[in-house]
Amino acid sequence: MDAFKKHTGVVAVLDRANVDTDQIIPKQFLKRVERTGFGEFLFFDWRYHEDGSVCPGFELNGPQAAGASILVAGKNFGSGSSREHAPWALLDYGFHVIIAPSYADIFFNNCFKNGILPIVLPQSEVLRIMNAASTANSAKDQFSLTVDLDNQTLSDGGELNIRFDVDPFRRHCLLNGLDDIGLTLQNVDDVDAFEKRRPIYMPVVAALSV
Amino acid sequence: MNRRTMFEKIWDAHVVKAEEGKPSVLYIDLHLIHEVTSAQAFDGLRLAGRKVRRPDLTLATMDHNVPTTDRTVPVKDPISKKQMEVLAANCEEFGITLYDIHHKLQGVVHIIGPELGLTQPGMTVVCGDSHTSTHGAFGALAFGIGTSEVEHVLATQCLQQTKPKTMEIRINGALPMGVTAKDIILAIIGKIGTDGATGYVIEYTGEAIRALSMEGRMTVCNMSIEAGARAGMIAPDETTFRYVQGKPHAPQGEAWSAAVANWKQLPTDEGAEFDRLVEINASELAPYVSWGTNPGQVLPITGVLPNPADIENPADRKTVERALDYMGLQPYRPINGLTVDRVFIGSCTNGRIEDLRAAAGIVQGQTVAQNVKAMVVPGSALVKLQAEAEGLDKIFVAAGFEWREAGCSMCLGMNPDILSPGERCASTSNRNFEGRQGKGGRTHLVSPEMAAAAAIAGHFVDVRTWKK
Repeated sequence: MDAFKKHTGVVAVLDRANVDTDQIIPKQFLKRVERTGFGEFLFFDWRYHEDGSVCPGFELNGPQAAGASILVAGKNFGSGSSREHAPWALLDYGFHVIIAPSYADIFFNNCFKNGILPIVLPQSEVLRIMNAASTANSAKDQFSLTVDLDNQTLSDGGELNIRFDVDPFRRHCLLNGLDDIGLTLQNVDDVDAFEKRRPIYMPVVAALSV
Repeated sequence: MNRRTMFEKIWDAHVVKAEEGKPSVLYIDLHLIHEVTSAQAFDGLRLAGRKVRRPDLTLATMDHNVPTTDRTVPVKDPISKKQMEVLAANCEEFGITLYDIHHKLQGVVHIIGPELGLTQPGMTVVCGDSHTSTHGAFGALAFGIGTSEVEHVLATQCLQQTKPKTMEIRINGALPMGVTAKDIILAIIGKIGTDGATGYVIEYTGEAIRALSMEGRMTVCNMSIEAGARAGMIAPDETTFRYVQGKPHAPQGEAWSAAVANWKQLPTDEGAEFDRLVEINASELAPYVSWGTNPGQVLPITGVLPNPADIENPADRKTVERALDYMGLQPYRPINGLTVDRVFIGSCTNGRIEDLRAAAGIVQGQTVAQNVKAMVVPGSALVKLQAEAEGLDKIFVAAGFEWREAGCSMCLGMNPDILSPGERCASTSNRNFEGRQGKGGRTHLVSPEMAAAAAIAGHFVDVRTWKK
């Protein structure tokens, strides 16, 4: 996983609550067996009409959101399915940071595993960012933020300066791009010892003949 | 002595290593995998040159995108076919037991774990699927994980986890006639919202929960994720032990006695504290129907749709407006009498034998309404076999239902079973998100009884008072 330290990018606003993973990446695109290539299908059912033409009214299709890498959204973002295809699609599209008042647990966790920083801010701060970004309405007049994970701040370079909290261990892993399987494997002796203590009645899988 | 909740007991018993300021390393007793969320995990293993630590604690099946029609013909969709072939090759390479599309034990992953006796009290169970919470019905800690964590479990048989908070949801009293486990969980989500339990593990308690069968308990725990919960669980009791005993992977002889003795220690200690308590009176519950585009947007069958104009909070008003618009519904309309085009009975929520019996009880001797296309998809090949042994398939087919092979099917529409745009479906599944059952499709979540009655009547009815 790539390390995440500081990121500056264009902000896209998706002012909707409870955006679920079925919207982020509809199920017809879950059949790929790779981790890449999902970006073109991000929010597919919202981005495109039935005939394949672009829905001009969808937030991400506007010129102010072109090339955006920071997504600001409503509460409970990423609810629903555990599909990691959702963060893969966001990342592949170009998003490195998400800002919302709250997230669904599994999605939140999946983001960190892929080097995406999901920032939790109070509703009022999220609204401030949404309002500031909403003044942008063309490709020339885009709203950008700089997110500094080391100092836990985000700023528009002007009056908007916000501090955010992030779990210290997750921050450490993101800053250093740590492979958490590698971290667990450092405890292999403990795992060995644990397995010796497991009750013998616990089931093991064996192919049943029927 | 320290008084602990059931969740805390199971958590404590599975901590391999705990360090201040770091997530705990938690041991996983059973890892279930399927074709959609595992391929990239196996690729990760190969890239890093890692092995599967415990293939003997791992079981694979194919459920999400399998066709539910004739299995003797090849799978038409080339991408689905490839995904199944990749799973088969990965299981072969890493020595994992696989019940593939042609196997007599194939089925929805959350149905086959319990029916094979692999899901037992006190265990940790994970799967790359959010409805893994189903297994909590046995007094297990079971939760859904992403593909990176699937890879983590394959490589280490462990996960790094931060300890969630605990919530007790107590359902007091007895359920009225015609009100089911599905209605309990829909009522709960309606009350606390789709993020009401985010960050929590729920333990369901109370008389109404104790009175449920294992099938009913699985239905309740299954939709815990729909309230945002990390997991849902129910303390094991005689109902649990009776269900597990004699299943293929259940302990036998002395091991059985030892297991039961341990399982009896699992229930939450008297006086142990939860971080939050929610109470609901079962006697106040009715059959529920979801009206909107998330599982928290539910109404009792006697209810009327909300009017956005009555909602003060602008964000909430917009959410309701969007949902009504997508669902093609008008404010204040009663949900009772709303016409349906399709009926789907199945899924990991309601695809077990008891669900099919309940639906068949409504359908027997009746005919599906002319405007409705209805289908039953058993949750597993064993459920299908059992239903056929009881003659349930004949009841459904005689009424005009399609009787299919086991799989996730129209719950998520990854296979050919999908709604057309604008079609309205009474569904026993778990999610009514936009496009979940097909782009533009309109899903209403209900119990098997309510779905069966809607199929016959051609519209939603109150099963408590409905005269066939």
